[in-house]
Amino acid sequence: MRIGVLGLQGDVQEHVERLQDIGADPVIVKRPADLAGLRGLILPGGESTTIGKLMRKYELLEPVRDMGRAGVPLYGTCAGMILLAREIEGGEDPHLGLMNIRVARNSFGRQKDSFETDLSVRGVDGGPFRAVFIRAPHVTEVGPDVEVLAEFEGRVVAVRQGNLLATSFHPELTEDSRLHRYFAEMAEASTPAVQ
Amino acid sequence: MVEVGTSRVKRGMAEMQKGGVIMDVVNAEQAKIAEEAGAVAVMALERVPADIRAAGGVARMADPTVIEEVMNAVSIPVMAKARIGHYVEAKVLEALGVDYIDESEVLTPADDKFHINKKEFTVPFVCGARDLGEALRRIAEGASMIRTKGEAGTGNIVEAVKHMRNVMGQIRKVQNMSEDELVAEAKNLGCPYELLLEVKRLGRLPVVNFAAGGVATPADAALMMHLGADGVFVGSGIFKSENPAKYARAIVEATTHYTDYKLIAELSKGLGAPMKGIELSTLAESERLAVRGW
Repeated sequence: MRIGVLGLQGDVQEHVERLQDIGADPVIVKRPADLAGLRGLILPGGESTTIGKLMRKYELLEPVRDMGRAGVPLYGTCAGMILLAREIEGGEDPHLGLMNIRVARNSFGRQKDSFETDLSVRGVDGGPFRAVFIRAPHVTEVGPDVEVLAEFEGRVVAVRQGNLLATSFHPELTEDSRLHRYFAEMAEASTPAVQ
Repeated sequence: MVEVGTSRVKRGMAEMQKGGVIMDVVNAEQAKIAEEAGAVAVMALERVPADIRAAGGVARMADPTVIEEVMNAVSIPVMAKARIGHYVEAKVLEALGVDYIDESEVLTPADDKFHINKKEFTVPFVCGARDLGEALRRIAEGASMIRTKGEAGTGNIVEAVKHMRNVMGQIRKVQNMSEDELVAEAKNLGCPYELLLEVKRLGRLPVVNFAAGGVATPADAALMMHLGADGVFVGSGIFKSENPAKYARAIVEATTHYTDYKLIAELSKGLGAPMKGIELSTLAESERLAVRGW
């Protein structure tokens, strides 16, 4: 099953490795043509301002938005969550704007405040997940159609809205591929939509 | 249990910078140009390396006013430089809240024998290296990111190429060694055996490896990516060029699409003059920055 990883900037390789761990067929996406035949797409960690600009410049914003609207599963980690959000605090323009969430960037502080912790994620069995937060965003508001999958100290850090999944943390930085498996199951359950 | 400053958190921060360009800036205005152009981080300095070279004398950590000005201007991470071995400059930068410290040969070394014990810090460090042994010594001290030293402030890519080729070539050599040969190689390179074993297992450094020191054009940035860099630092190259905003954007895009030569041709058109640059053979040994540190 072909699952794409947006490869403009960020920790692309780590997502590719986790997808390989679960037997999926990862594809690095740099151009619109790379989207053909994908059953899902991961928006990796990185700098959301950089990735957002490059998505616009290289005409990926519209096709990825269309994919999300057509029901193809999208999963954003950290910067990817910001790309998916309908609203970004501080008045910054949204990017894909697909997910009915409002997010605050760098909401846990600067890099010296970055941390890892054990976190239970609803729908992911097998005990808590080692969650790595790096200058991470969190979700400050969720729409009625959004399911909260995890919270940390009262802040929403993992959400799902139908075919869209987002986490503030980076499962790709651990050896634990359960969230990638969870996403692959979403992709398997959906019909292939990218032509 | 919540843990800050773990090696996963510190190294992970550098992973997020991959495929990106980190730009030297000296004020809020330049920082905003860099962010607008798509930089993944900025390095806050009082002077870019070319000006440090021109000024001579002792180069030290930047005035905290400059660093705070830059931190307040942008939402992307802010890095700053401390002198090699200057524990207190690094502690000051950590206290200011910078996101990454560059223990840098571009500044005048404070200690001629020892680098900072970077494991003691919550904030991550990047350090320069000319070869695999030097890279692994810095990692042993706690560096979470490595960059080539190149020859900063020259606009001449030759030294960065040499350092990247050294590291990559030595990694390929190590991958083909047996474990007993690795013990001897650890002695040759002057680095811990365990780290060398990790390099053999991974086929790469255990941390992100960027290019730095002499990148002046979009093609230079793409060349370093082609040689295996995970991303690029650009120091004097951007704000010493004729049109910094355009230059910055072109270098960002050439780094992402480093194998798309037609695109790099387009990006290179009408950029205006790059920084003038210095031929290395005209630099006296005492003017070379890369030989600082060990």
